[in-house]
Order: sequence, then C-alpha cells, then structure tokens
Amino acid sequence: MRAGLAMLSEARQKRSKRTRAALNATGTHILLALLGIAFGLPFVWLILSSLKTDPQMLRFPPQWIPNPIMWRNYVAAFNAVPFLTYFKNTVFISGFNATAIAVTCSLAAYGFSRIRWPGREALFWVLISSMLLPFAVLMVPLFILFTRLGWVDSFKAMTLPYLLGFGGAYLIFMLRQFFRSIPSELSDAARMDGCSEFGIYFRIILPLSKPAIVTTWLIEFMWHWNDFLRPLIFLKDPAKYTLALGLYGFNTYRMGQWSLLMAATTLTILPIVIVFFFAQRFFIQGISMTGTKG
Amino acid sequence: MTVPRRVPSIVHGLRAIWGSRWTRRNTITGLLFVSPWLLGFLVFELYPIVASGYYSLTKYSMTQPPEWVGLQNYIELFTDDPIFYTSLWNTFYYVVAFISLSTVLAVGMALLMNVKVRGIAFYRTLFYVPSIVPIVAASMLWIWVLNPQYGLMNTILGGIGLPRLGWLSSPVWSKPGLIIMSLWGVGTPMLIYLAALQDIPQELYEAAVMDGANAVQKIRHVTIPLLTPAIFFNAVTQLIVAFQYFTPAYVMSTRWAGQAGGNPGGPVDSTVFYALLLYRYAFVYFKMGYASAMAWILFVVVLVLTILLFRTSTRWVHYGGEA
Repeated sequence: MRAGLAMLSEARQKRSKRTRAALNATGTHILLALLGIAFGLPFVWLILSSLKTDPQMLRFPPQWIPNPIMWRNYVAAFNAVPFLTYFKNTVFISGFNATAIAVTCSLAAYGFSRIRWPGREALFWVLISSMLLPFAVLMVPLFILFTRLGWVDSFKAMTLPYLLGFGGAYLIFMLRQFFRSIPSELSDAARMDGCSEFGIYFRIILPLSKPAIVTTWLIEFMWHWNDFLRPLIFLKDPAKYTLALGLYGFNTYRMGQWSLLMAATTLTILPIVIVFFFAQRFFIQGISMTGTKG
Repeated sequence: MTVPRRVPSIVHGLRAIWGSRWTRRNTITGLLFVSPWLLGFLVFELYPIVASGYYSLTKYSMTQPPEWVGLQNYIELFTDDPIFYTSLWNTFYYVVAFISLSTVLAVGMALLMNVKVRGIAFYRTLFYVPSIVPIVAASMLWIWVLNPQYGLMNTILGGIGLPRLGWLSSPVWSKPGLIIMSLWGVGTPMLIYLAALQDIPQELYEAAVMDGANAVQKIRHVTIPLLTPAIFFNAVTQLIVAFQYFTPAYVMSTRWAGQAGGNPGGPVDSTVFYALLLYRYAFVYFKMGYASAMAWILFVVVLVLTILLFRTSTRWVHYGGEA
C-alpha cells in the first residue's frame, strides 16, 4: 500500500515535471514569437509602406495591404536621387577602408601577439585606453586639421586616416586574441628555416587566420556603409555623398512623399541584408570572438 | 668623482633595457609591425586630443587665429548656457534608460534563446538583422513607425486599447520613442550574452538542482553571476557609445523641424543630446573653442564613469574559476 502510494506520487511528480517542462517550452515559444513579431514587424511595415500610394499611406485608420501595388515607387526613388553615384561612393569608401584596416590592424596585432619585445605590454595598454576616446571629442580638432591639409570635401578625409588604422583599436584587440591562439611552434619552426618575421606573418599567420581577417574586413565595411557623422562633417559636395547622406538629403527635400522615402530606405537596407545572409557566420564569429573571452 | 663610477651603471641600465642584439632586433621588428597604427594614433588621436585641450581655452572660428581666453568657455558653459544643461539631462536620461533596458532585454532574450527549442537559428537571425540596418535607414523607418497618426506603433497601441502617444511630436515621448528604436538594435549584446550562456558548465546547474534550487533560483544564483563579465563588457562599450548618441536624433528631429521649423533637436529641445549640441556649436555656429570645451567635458565624464565602473566591478563581476 505504502509502496503503491509512493509509486503513485512519484509517477505524479514525474508527470507534473513533464507537464511543467512542456509548459515551459510553450511559454518560451510564445514569448519568442511575440518578440519575433516585435522585431520583424517594422520590416514588414516598411516594405508594405514602400508599395503604397501616398494617398493610401495617409489614410486613417492605416491600411496594411497596398492597393494598388506600386512597384513604380522603387523606380521613382531610384531616379529621384543619384542613387548609383551614392552607391559607388559608398562601395569605394567602405571597401578601401575595410581593406586598409584589415592590413594595418593585422600587422599591429601581429606585433602585439607574436613577437616579444620590451614595452609591448605598455603600448598595448595605450591601445586599449584609446578605445575610450570618443569620436565626438576628436571631431572638432580633426576637422580643423583636415581643413588645413585640404582634405575636407574630398575622399581623403574619409579614407587616409584608415590607412593608419584610425579607430581600429577594437579590431586589433580582436585579431590579437585570435593570433595568440595559434601555437608558437609554427612560428619557431619557420624561424629555424630562416623565414623572416614578415614572411611568418604573411605565409603562416594570415592564411591560418582567414576567418578572423574576413570578420575584421566585414565589420569595418559595414561600419563605413552605415556611418553618417563623418560624411556629414567631411563631405559637402553632393556628388561625393554616401548612401547614408543621400538618404538623409532625400528626406529633407521630399517631405510629403512617404512612399518614395520608404522605397529609398528599402533600397539602402537591401544590399547590406544580402551581404549579411551570405556572410552570417562571420558576423556571429566576430561577436563571439570579442565578447568576454580573453 | 662619482661621475665615472655612475657611467658604467647607466650603460648597464641602458643595456638591460635595450637588451641583447636579439631583443633589439625583436624590438625593432615589433615596432615596425605596430608602426602604421602607432603613427595613426599619434596623428589622428593623440595630437587631436591635445589640440582640442588648447582650442578649448581659446575663441576660434577658423577664419582668424585662435584667441586665448583662458577658462572662459568652461565658465560660460556651466554658468550661462541653459541648453548645455538640457543636453546633459537628455543624454543622462538616454544613457541610463537605454543601458538598463537594453541589458534586461538582451539578457532576457538570450535566456529564452538558450532554452533548447526549435527555430532558434531563425530567431537569432531575426533578432540580429535590425542591428545591421544602416542607422540613417533605420531612422527613416522609425520616423514612419512612430508617426502619431499613421504609424505602426500607434496603430498597435490603439488596436489593443491603449492610448495613442505623440512620440516624436511630443517633448515627453520623443526620448522614449528614440530609446525604443535603439532597443530594436539590441541583437549584438544579445548574441554576446548567448555566447556567454553557452559557456556556463552544465554541472553547475546540476549541482544547484541537487541543492534544491528551482528555476528562478538557478537563474539568480548561477546564471546571472556567471553572466556578469559579459554584462560588464557590454556596459563599458555601451556607455561610450551611448554618450555620443547622435545620428537618429539628428536625422529624425530634422524631419520634425522640417515640418515645424527650427534646429534639429526638437520638439522643445527634448532631443538635444550632448553630441548634437556639440555638433551645432562646431559646425553650425563655428564656435570651435566653445565646442572643444564641451568635448573635453564629455571626455572627462566618460573617463570618470568608466573608471568608476571598473572600480565597482570588483564588487559585482564574478570571473569564472575563482568560485
């Protein structure tokens, strides 16, 4: 009798545990779905809006489904501004800087991780503290400096500092973490064979760090693609505008045309989302590489 | 008499620093590798911050040479510039609200994602994509989402029977609106927390269950303490970024100003953030000295807060392996 009761209660406990687990899973699903809707709905709203007519957009209460579907908005948005020029400028600035930063930062990271020299740790601390320097503090003196050098309103102000690793401290830190995880025996063996330090960097470390280099390149590329403040300060001539600046200008002189603005916004977001879907694993890797490890 | 005796010791000391030929070669090679970055740091970071300190003590409009005024810019900022205090208040409001809310949201979402249910890869992508949307594009999108009459936000609020709010047209709701937009981009810290959660050894949870811990206790006494290094990391990085909050406020309030007239930062200066005011003084009014004084105050505030965060961290950040 007693044993029976105990078995019963144990079975009940087990069952309640199982129901609780099921309930937990359902609860998790519901919460995730709600959050998913919250995060996804602005995109849906954007695309639906971009396909409406302006009168339909300004109807109250708002209608969800575009009627008629205005694919023409995209053509109009594309033609309303020199979209291709902005696109080319942005690709050039982002691509150039991403490449420059990948080279400079990987060199520096190598110096900070694979060679032992006195003063290395002290200089590394300088690098870490430079991450605390807000750009807002640098923008006035840099503007004055670039004006004197004649760099303002040209791509020089937008690109040359990155040849010298400007703002790359974070990426140097990330690459250093990665380089440190490569066994030092590999370098030692190459040194024995008379390989120069640059040779080791170029022929051994870089090939082994391809994913980290690609991640660095992508992070920097996206950063410049998204950047607004630097183009706003350093570029004046509309022919040199980037997409971010162009979209901002679009906003200011086409006030009433919400649907065109939403189409232009979609056009700006699209390339970056496509890049993201092809290179997703590098983004995720970049985050887990910085994070808390080290 | 002491001089000749000291010379060899100096030579000795120098040799110890400079070291053998081997170390010397290493030093040169090491410096060569870091030299592009080092040069960039000296020219584009160290020089500007020093120059900025000098400009902050001058009156300078870039058409004439800087004119020395001592501490006058600082005095004027603190005693004779009410909008400076408005910008400080707006910025602290944003920093405190955004960092605390984004931490709670990101940790909460990471905890949900860490439960092994199906479709996690889908959710991970969905939650992360907003943070890669170019910031100007996101601002355009959110102007329309937050539109008081035709926007998504008020459509939903009205739909579930809640009051419709003024958002960007209301001085009370403009900052909350911007903060909600920033929270949309919480994907990056969420992924950092998720990676940290996946590093927590399963044995710790098993041990907690043995001690009779329930789900809430497990989160409170195992998960959260082990997440503190990640929380600390995010707090430090977000602090520096949040204090420079600029683009969405600038872009979105320009739109608002376009409809009502006036400088970016409206309505009623409710979105004049620190960086926005600094930009206005520097690049609209060309008061470079005055703007530099603002920049230095920002630098000191961020520095002090970061140091405080590091100081207090010994009390609340638990590093694994110590326990």
